[in-house]
Amino acid sequence: MSTSVDAAVDHAEDAAAGGSRRRRPKEPTFAGERSVLSTNDRRRPGVRIGLRVLVVVVVGGLLLISGGPLLWLFKSAVSTSQDIIREPFGLWPSGIQWQNLSDAWNLVHIGRALLNTVWIALGSWFFGLLVALTGGYALSVLRPKYGPIITGAVLATLFVPGVVSLVASYLIILDVPVVERNLINTFWAVWLPAAPSAFNVLLMKRVFDRLPRDLFEAAKVDGAGPYRIFWSIVLPMSKPIIGVISLLTIMAAWKEFLWPMLVLPDPTLQPLSVVLPRLEQTSEMSLLMASLFISVIIPVLLFLVFQRQFLRGAGQAGALKG
Amino acid sequence: MVVIDKDVERAARPVPPARRRRRRTPVTWVRGGGLSSLVFLLPLIVLFALFSWWPVLKSLVLSFQQTNFIGPAEWVGWNNFERVLADPLLGTAAWNTTWFTILAVVIGYPVPVIAAVFIAELRKARGFAAGLAYIPTIIPPVVSVLLWKTFYRPDESGVFNTILGWVGLGPYPWLQSPGAAMPSMVVQACWAGFGAATIIYLASLMSIQSELYEAAEVDGASIWRRIWHVTLPQMRGIMLIMLLLQLIGTFQVFTEPFIMTNGGPENRTVTILMLIYRYAFLASDYGKATALSLMLALALCLLSGIYLWATRKWSTT
Repeated sequence: MSTSVDAAVDHAEDAAAGGSRRRRPKEPTFAGERSVLSTNDRRRPGVRIGLRVLVVVVVGGLLLISGGPLLWLFKSAVSTSQDIIREPFGLWPSGIQWQNLSDAWNLVHIGRALLNTVWIALGSWFFGLLVALTGGYALSVLRPKYGPIITGAVLATLFVPGVVSLVASYLIILDVPVVERNLINTFWAVWLPAAPSAFNVLLMKRVFDRLPRDLFEAAKVDGAGPYRIFWSIVLPMSKPIIGVISLLTIMAAWKEFLWPMLVLPDPTLQPLSVVLPRLEQTSEMSLLMASLFISVIIPVLLFLVFQRQFLRGAGQAGALKG
Repeated sequence: MVVIDKDVERAARPVPPARRRRRRTPVTWVRGGGLSSLVFLLPLIVLFALFSWWPVLKSLVLSFQQTNFIGPAEWVGWNNFERVLADPLLGTAAWNTTWFTILAVVIGYPVPVIAAVFIAELRKARGFAAGLAYIPTIIPPVVSVLLWKTFYRPDESGVFNTILGWVGLGPYPWLQSPGAAMPSMVVQACWAGFGAATIIYLASLMSIQSELYEAAEVDGASIWRRIWHVTLPQMRGIMLIMLLLQLIGTFQVFTEPFIMTNGGPENRTVTILMLIYRYAFLASDYGKATALSLMLALALCLLSGIYLWATRKWSTT
């Protein structure tokens, strides 16, 4: 039995590794055959000058608009409060203040908030992925008779605006039915409600629908049960989409504000997004800027490392919407 | 081994009719893979039931009840809805939210389309430009709002007032002026949101078939005519959906006004969601809050329905 299953898994892993990444050189993220302009157009002098201008305007504009505020934040994070307020565009007239960062870490406990954020993001990632993977697998591959009803019920939640369930969800967290527990001031209160994402389940189901069914048949002939097929074939074959959904759920959890503010009133459990607005009211400018810097540095680094995956994920999100 | 074989086979293939007529017992259900399907579906069913399906039903119930958490909940009919409609702030909040949405569409909707069309024409810099455009989306909303709040500082040395000071303008009070607070907030929201939309449009632009452009070029269409007659019509489907999603999102705006102005000045930035927040979490009036939530949701459903009906001619799907 094992030889053939292993062969099937090998095949699956090959497919997952996808020619593009291991064998062929890197493809740019947005590669199209051509756009509005053709090679012919690009040779015309007018178009060439126009394109030069376009590159400068587009890249320069984006650098200013997207990068500017971020660079200003990085500068201000290591300036004195006086400098930030008096001379917002001065380059450290009173010298670079590295101790802002350690002060933010120690005095206003940004380190603790950062850790809470990481913990919230990891938990939301785990439960979100658990629901999407197992649910997508059951609905796409195992297909129980009641499957279409569940798919329909999941799909329906996409059409209900989030505001409808806000208050009711809060009351459910106060007193969870069946287990009768109050989850306020526990991370479960953030992890669990974030997990049922119709978008992720349907995206996962769509990807699983496209896996070749012959592979499952072959594995079955060799005696692999549904768990083995899930673990050894489906999971390795869907690594790219798992990566995309992981990024999306982690970023979503990192950005969450209203919900953690409601269910985590204890300041020692609050994530960055809840701590920062309070900080703005109570502490001085330099500490706030250093704290904001600490809050963006991890998402920004993640983005620099996984830029292709981020952009592909964002594009895919659009494809599903359309 | 043989037994497992059959399990899997039945789980994946539709059961032939001859077999379906056999008596169904729990044992045949387990052997047919019913149990493992259920095990796999369990996380989905439990979590969707608790935090997705049940809250919606619970809101419907809550909006017709009054609870004080001491005695049993009391049915009050339409009373919650009447109390919401009697709130003098409701009209203000509804107008503010609509105003926010209008401004967000006017300021924020065309920018990503234009940016995507331009970025698509770049060759070497395309990936770099796309990455740059996405940066504001990476920044958590709270950080972005607080950062912009410092930019909007009203004194002479605020970031925007300094820049305008270079050309002899200002200083302006921005968020503290009743008229300018909302537009200022919208500019921040558009900054935070334009990257994601640009990437979505860019992905759709890249999937336009090049034959369309070639045919247009052979027919002698100029570059602008190609954009107008090929690019934009090809993006129409996704543009229509993005507009609807943006409308639904902006009608539920909360974080920006809550952190930037907390509804002020002169209640000019109180939004519907802030009212819901105040009813539920400051006044503990859950009935009133859910009633307003449902009214907003109903308005959004109507809006979506009208939108889809009105745009059905242009829709590609």
